Amino acid sequence: MTGILDLDDIAVRFGGVRAVDGVTLSVARGDFIGLIGPNGAGKTTLIRLVAGIIRPDRGRIVLDQKDVTKASTASRVRKGLALTHQLVRPFREMTVLENVALAAGYRRTSNPLRAALLVERRPEYERAAALLIRVGLAGTERKLAGSLPLGQMKRLEVARALALDPHIVLFDEPLAGLNQAEAARQIETITSIHAQGITVVLVEHNLEEVLRSCKRLIVLNDGRVIGDGDPESVIADSGVQEAYVGSGTGTYALH
Amino acid sequence: MSAYEISVLSVIGLNVMLAVSLNIISGFCGQVSLGHGAFYGAGAYGAALTMIAWSSVPLSLFMGTAVGAVFGLIVGFASLRVRSDFLAVTTIGVNFLFTGFVRKQSWLGGEMGISGIPGSGLSSTGNMIMILVFAALTIAISFYISRSWMGFAFRAVSQDEDAAATLGINSGAYKLAAFGIGTALAGLAGGLYAFFTQFITADTFDFILSVMLMAMVVIGGIGSTTGVVVAAIALTLLPEAIRFVNDYRLLVFGGLLVLVIRLAPGGIADLTRRFVIPAAKA
Repeated sequence: MTGILDLDDIAVRFGGVRAVDGVTLSVARGDFIGLIGPNGAGKTTLIRLVAGIIRPDRGRIVLDQKDVTKASTASRVRKGLALTHQLVRPFREMTVLENVALAAGYRRTSNPLRAALLVERRPEYERAAALLIRVGLAGTERKLAGSLPLGQMKRLEVARALALDPHIVLFDEPLAGLNQAEAARQIETITSIHAQGITVVLVEHNLEEVLRSCKRLIVLNDGRVIGDGDPESVIADSGVQEAYVGSGTGTYALH
Repeated sequence: MSAYEISVLSVIGLNVMLAVSLNIISGFCGQVSLGHGAFYGAGAYGAALTMIAWSSVPLSLFMGTAVGAVFGLIVGFASLRVRSDFLAVTTIGVNFLFTGFVRKQSWLGGEMGISGIPGSGLSSTGNMIMILVFAALTIAISFYISRSWMGFAFRAVSQDEDAAATLGINSGAYKLAAFGIGTALAGLAGGLYAFFTQFITADTFDFILSVMLMAMVVIGGIGSTTGVVVAAIALTLLPEAIRFVNDYRLLVFGGLLVLVIRLAPGGIADLTRRFVIPAAKA
């Protein structure tokens, strides 16, 4: 257990369904992990467990050597975890710039009584403006976040996550709903985030993009890890082939 | 100034304090409270008992504020468990519990209330000025909060608690802060009211008052300090100016509330932004 994120026998069930069923894995600092699996495999549930949005029935979650199994989402975020939502969640009534500036001010907002004494916002607005340029949203600063098209909202999610100075970012389907050009642009940003030393976990349906960028591939099926290793060999594994496409003859679907 | 004018200005000051403090809870932080009258009442009773026991005006006002805040924090804890509509219903319950409880307590004067509260020692003009000064202070606090990082985070909590959490914002702590601040100011208004009338009964702080205060917030524009101040002044003067409104107060306020929610959900503040300011520029 020496990674930036360690999961030890994590399980959760919803009613009678074992959504995540005993997942143990260790994410090393600087990893670029692709997390894939068929629909209902438990990918998003796993992300939500790591983020603390739902709590596991058993097992331990260790973030940066600290046990956070019972910690709130907010406190995990302040320990260096960031995530982007599969379904975008901007503050629709705030401007794009405010959305990112609020994230950049995470140190100021950690406690309401401290936050009450702080007024200066300029450094955060400047930081936010720089991040918006980085994700390709320059020029949208003053627009209401709720008025952006989906492709731009997805980039806004990335800018907000980056503003938190994270050590590890969980991207939950950041390419879903984007056209080819937008997806290429988004994956470029994610790759550059990894290049700056941030650990990346990418949950994605677009297998082609995942295989192109990730260094390690983890395959989930029925809430269990059925493949973990370098992408080429994991994809070649017959068990993975079968789970992912329903039969061993579906190789073409993976490439 | 006539005694009538002094009385009306005092009531305006109190209503501004109450509406602005409710706006901090419901407008800034998005926690619908339909029991604001109970915190006002708790502050009034706290201040009245303190004044009778120790006859110190500053201590009484402080106790009014403290009783309002402690009561508010307790209800704030409930807001951590329930959301939106359920919170509204819970706070209605709190208001009925408060008036029901006070009516049955002999040490709180029961149905008869508390009369003969020692005066503040100020003339009625002096009392009015004290109320208006605290009202101005409340407005200043409200403006300050919306400029501070606490106000910034309140907006996030009111729009999407879960998304706020993913930005490291502890929504629960912010909700408690909003309740604590809003109900402390309501308690302070209660203390001022006790000195204004020197006589309090439970009926003054009933659910009807809470609905009127919410009407001021909604008609003024949820979250806008200026809009809420304007609405609090206008809705206090309206029944004084028009006899019909006074006779059918609930009907008129209820009707206005429905009209605003239906036709202009942003209230006076939003209407001004959309029509008056562009017209002035043109």
